[in-house]
Amino acid sequence: MKSGKLLTSVVAPLIAIIIAFGLAALALLLVDINPITAYKEMFVFGTSTESLIITVNNALPLFVSALAVGIGFKMGLFNIGIEGTYLIAALFAAYIGAQFSITPVLHVTAILLVAVAVGAFWAWIPAMLKVKRGVHEVIATIMLNYIAFALSAYLFLNVFKAESSSLTIATDLIPETGWIPSLNPVLGWFGIEARAGANLYGFLIIAIFLGIGYHYLVNKSRYGYDLRSSGVNAAAAHASGVDPKRMIVRTMLISGGLAGLVGIAPLLGFYHQYPQDFPRNFGFNGIAVALLGRNHPVGMAFGALLFGFMQRSSLILDLKDVPKEIVTIIQGIVVLAVVIVYEVISRYVQRRVVAAAARATEAEHATVEVAA
Amino acid sequence: MVQAPAIQLHGVTKRYPGVVANKDVELTVETAEVHAVVGENGAGKSTLMKIIYGMVRPDAGDITIDGKPAHFRTPKDAIDAGIGMVHQHFMLADNFTVLENVVLGSEPRSGLEIDFRGATERIRQLGETYGLRLDPHQKVETLSVGERQRVEIIKVLYRGAKILILDEPTAVLVPQEVTELFESIRDLKEQGHTIVFISHKLDEVLSIADRITVMRDGRTVGTTTPAEVDARQLAEMMIGSELPSPHTKEATVQDVVLLEVSDLSLMSDTGRPLLQGISFVVHKGEIVGIAGVEGNGQAQLVDSIIGLAPGATGEIALSGTSITELSTRDRRSAGIGLIPEDRHRQGLLLSAPLWENAALGHQNKEPYAKGLWIDKKGARAQTEEIVRRFDVMTPNVDVPATALSGGNQQKLVVGREIMANPMVLIAAQPTRGIDIGAQAAVWEELKSARAAGMGILLISADLEELIGLSDAIHVLFEGRLVAKLDPAQITPEILGSHMTGAGEEKAS
Repeated sequence: MKSGKLLTSVVAPLIAIIIAFGLAALALLLVDINPITAYKEMFVFGTSTESLIITVNNALPLFVSALAVGIGFKMGLFNIGIEGTYLIAALFAAYIGAQFSITPVLHVTAILLVAVAVGAFWAWIPAMLKVKRGVHEVIATIMLNYIAFALSAYLFLNVFKAESSSLTIATDLIPETGWIPSLNPVLGWFGIEARAGANLYGFLIIAIFLGIGYHYLVNKSRYGYDLRSSGVNAAAAHASGVDPKRMIVRTMLISGGLAGLVGIAPLLGFYHQYPQDFPRNFGFNGIAVALLGRNHPVGMAFGALLFGFMQRSSLILDLKDVPKEIVTIIQGIVVLAVVIVYEVISRYVQRRVVAAAARATEAEHATVEVAA
Repeated sequence: MVQAPAIQLHGVTKRYPGVVANKDVELTVETAEVHAVVGENGAGKSTLMKIIYGMVRPDAGDITIDGKPAHFRTPKDAIDAGIGMVHQHFMLADNFTVLENVVLGSEPRSGLEIDFRGATERIRQLGETYGLRLDPHQKVETLSVGERQRVEIIKVLYRGAKILILDEPTAVLVPQEVTELFESIRDLKEQGHTIVFISHKLDEVLSIADRITVMRDGRTVGTTTPAEVDARQLAEMMIGSELPSPHTKEATVQDVVLLEVSDLSLMSDTGRPLLQGISFVVHKGEIVGIAGVEGNGQAQLVDSIIGLAPGATGEIALSGTSITELSTRDRRSAGIGLIPEDRHRQGLLLSAPLWENAALGHQNKEPYAKGLWIDKKGARAQTEEIVRRFDVMTPNVDVPATALSGGNQQKLVVGREIMANPMVLIAAQPTRGIDIGAQAAVWEELKSARAAGMGILLISADLEELIGLSDAIHVLFEGRLVAKLDPAQITPEILGSHMTGAGEEKAS
């Protein structure tokens, strides 16, 4: 059992990552670039203190996004709408957060609540469409992404944009009470000094709590049991008393609420306002991270860190005349490879478990017969 | 010259990881005989047939067909050698006609077109020769189970099979249909066909087979003829010990009504009535049987009572309190338990550990839960108790349910429902697909639950089981309860004729 778990949770992603880097190396060779040099550059650049801090910063939105996707995956519900959800939520959070100033902790809490509420509302729409009208959530959430893009652009330009004459087009600046402070002072206690510009987001603490909360909710609670059994066998869960409609609505609300928090790390840790070029793609990459991490919080944390690392270290490639798109290729292959490798390994593990159980009961059988 | 046997197997062995499905199997089937292979579920009959039909390759042993060594890689090779298989679960396209189903995969061509006319003629011919009457142009979805089986048989004959393997052909048939099938089998034999007949219904085997080979634990334990043995001896060969019986005669029925179903009706999405005006009661300490050919509303009846059929109308009361408006979870909490007819579909989380499976349906209460949290410790302890009391063969309670044999899975499902001590237990096909030992264990548990005052609604296709266990039997036919019978007064034959609707006509 233990070795089976190790195989599926550690060996499978490792093999997938090796395959991905291997195939990307082939792609690099095709364009006459020495992959070893390229990877070395990435590694050397990516492991500086500043890069590592930015890796974590990059990973935070991806991790939260993966949590939002992962909880749906656990019951076979595919919320592809994280992308649109977090943009809308971040926009509202930034705008409303800039309207008032209260004590720091309360202010941040209020902004988080706004983001969660907007995100949950945005996910509630496809949940209702599915429950009341049978619209598949994949269709609904993909379409709602486009609505979210258009709606957030409209609201931004026509309603929420600051009137001030600053150079950047953005919402009003959130007062400092609504910022999440950097963790660099904490790093300082451990003797880690980062150069200016690399501030470890304080959202890290919140993300860790979200990960722990996710684990308890999914793996320890009654709701989590209902969620997972719906994913394993919907008919059996239904017969056991799980109301599938209520389950869909609750799970979409949780997923949407988490999605609402995706943009918070850069918003309250860096921008402190919603600029026109607020970072995109956390939602789509979060799906990849959830796949990579097999919907497990620890796995998703590693997946998010890997993606964050690649995103950061790819910056060096442009300077060395290596197309940094190679990183996108690696990310794509990692996800495909992990899905395939995981499937192969889990079948193998499954066979072993079944065989072991058969052997164990056979032995039991034999001893019973001997006794009789 | 003596004709070579149609099928001869020598020392055939097939191992699966951790289990030996077939070991040193010896089987000789003469040409133009009906040869029955009997054994409990899990005795290795299916694996053996898959080997003969080329679906599974043996690890060791020789197979000869009509005297020639055979090394089948795929069923196609077996079909080419003249072997045809009629599976227990039909493999027909419902929205195709009989004709289309028969030619599917071996379409007769004349030029670029499919020669439907020639095929129709051949199907008619085959039908007349072997008493397999069918209209080639009828859609399969409109056919009865018996007729569908005929389509399957014609399908293999159409492909030129001389050796027919029939896998549990009578499992889905009512007695009258069985008689018709047997006539066809005799016709086939007379025309020189060889039939391998797999079954665990011993009376049928004794009436149709020329010779019988018994399998136990993956081995062939012997070959005999109907003249040499009776059903009892045959069964004892199969299980290697004495026979259990479902019979329960000491009355435990009390006056208290536990479950009262009144005027229950249900329509399909297309407006076809699935259940019509169903009314019955289950008393404390009573087992009420529901008999009927599968597909006459049993599944819908169960769904309506447990709350999975939102469109159902009528009243359902549990111990005098209406539960009509309650959700499935609330109905379960109010005291209804369910052993679903298909444990894989509705009863188990195959990839989840046993203790999570034991919690299924009871995940909201002790000992499986504490407040909003799952109580893993309590759940595991309870599961260990189920495993112990119901003799579930498993190394521990952390293996996935899929690692258990069918009988042990069923014992787990039965165990978790009985241990939860519901007021009323719906037991749908509680012993389907499990071996005789496990069957006897399930019967014993149902009997002692009944003696302890549980009300049980027993839905079963096994007529012996229904008659043996029930205190009263209702017959469900086309969504209506058409007869109420006293199990003490009836035989499987009488019950069978009611199940086809014949009893109702006589009564009216």
